[in-house]
Amino acid sequence: MNFWGYSISEARVIDYDKNDKSLATCLAQNAPSSKLCIGCGGCTATCTAGNLTEFNIRKLQMLVKRGENNEIRQQLHKCMLCGKCTLVCPRGVDTRKMILTLIDYLHRQSL
Amino acid sequence: MELLGKEQIWKEYQKEIADNNYFYARSCIRQTFFPGSEWVYLDILRNKLHKNVIDDPRHTTCTGIGYHSDVVPIETIMTVVARHFALMTEAGYENLTPSCITSFGIYTEILDTWEHHPEIEEKIREYLYKATRREFKKPRNLAHTSDIIYKFRNEIASQILHPLKNIHTGRPLKVVDHIGCHYAKMFPSKGIGGAEFPAVLTGMIEAWGGEPIDYPERRHCCGFGFRNYLVMANRGFSVANSKKKFESMQPYEPDFIVANCPGCAMFLDKWQYTISEMEGITYGANGYGIPVLTYEEMAALVLGYDPWDIGLQMHQVAVEPLLDKMGIPYDPDKKYCNSRGESLGAPKCPTYLKIK
Repeated sequence: MNFWGYSISEARVIDYDKNDKSLATCLAQNAPSSKLCIGCGGCTATCTAGNLTEFNIRKLQMLVKRGENNEIRQQLHKCMLCGKCTLVCPRGVDTRKMILTLIDYLHRQSL
Repeated sequence: MELLGKEQIWKEYQKEIADNNYFYARSCIRQTFFPGSEWVYLDILRNKLHKNVIDDPRHTTCTGIGYHSDVVPIETIMTVVARHFALMTEAGYENLTPSCITSFGIYTEILDTWEHHPEIEEKIREYLYKATRREFKKPRNLAHTSDIIYKFRNEIASQILHPLKNIHTGRPLKVVDHIGCHYAKMFPSKGIGGAEFPAVLTGMIEAWGGEPIDYPERRHCCGFGFRNYLVMANRGFSVANSKKKFESMQPYEPDFIVANCPGCAMFLDKWQYTISEMEGITYGANGYGIPVLTYEEMAALVLGYDPWDIGLQMHQVAVEPLLDKMGIPYDPDKKYCNSRGESLGAPKCPTYLKIK
């Protein structure tokens, strides 16, 4: 029991030196088209899941680069893999492959 | 030529500090948690530096903690401060030297407000007169007590018995300085070195033989922040700030921390115990914490005062490893004794933080 009545707040600062970059490395290797993203947000605008939840593929790209894996883990399962984002991407990023690679990597990590 | 240019720029970061005749304003936190600090400051000023200083027992809190916690209205704190000025005027003094950084910030803020809004000053003068029949002159010089010690650091250096050196290795002690936020972050021109180049404590450290450590989070707040600590729901944020600083300074293996703000000294000292109990982490060598001193205690140690006379037993983090490094003699059996030599009883030992 925490008899203090409070605990030490986690820092919200993003520490690029300490954060885990392995997910970004894995994504670059297994879904290399993800590197073509220019962050236009077309994927997010057309996303069915994004219309109903806070799911945001553009933000996902940013979180991967920052190594914020916990938040990625919380968001990924909201994707319904409908593939509409793949159709609208002006850079030809295989977004569905990207999502599946992330799910696979995090699943293997949790085993 | 370049040096002249730098010297010229550095002049802008200096402030005027009175030579003598100080009206002393005590600190709520310092006199509660480090009572020896205020006593030894007055003793050094009177008996080592031979200065005239008055410690008026009618002086009260400035209500700064209440003001910054939104429970004391600004008119109230201004009237309380006006009363302090009135006490100083009645005593025949013009140089105000508060011991507390919060009070220093409050006095500075109020004097600045009155300068820009004389109508507010008139209103406060009226409030004070109606409430107490007192009138006042504004201080001619306002300096924090750390400014005073800084001013006379070389005079103190000439009387040093125990320089800030490790007697076993002969190397200067590595000292982390922490300047209170309200010292110069609100009004940079009112602090030596401004907000960017904190020099008030490093000046003392260098003059007394130590080596200041410039670490990444040097200017980060200790986390006190008044309502951050006072409201329990925010207290985790308060301790997180101190933790950030400890993690940043630990790789430099500092021998001790010195602070000029009473609140910072208290939090940097006591949060080390809290963090150790919550997470089992200690930041000093061999399970000890990093000792935290006030600048008065640092001055007293180098001048040869007895560690227990200046109240170092009041600190949560044990100071004995530092005393051993400096070669300062102390009697472990007298640590928890009163002035008559009677035992006061030893406090309970923390789970992780070594204290003896």
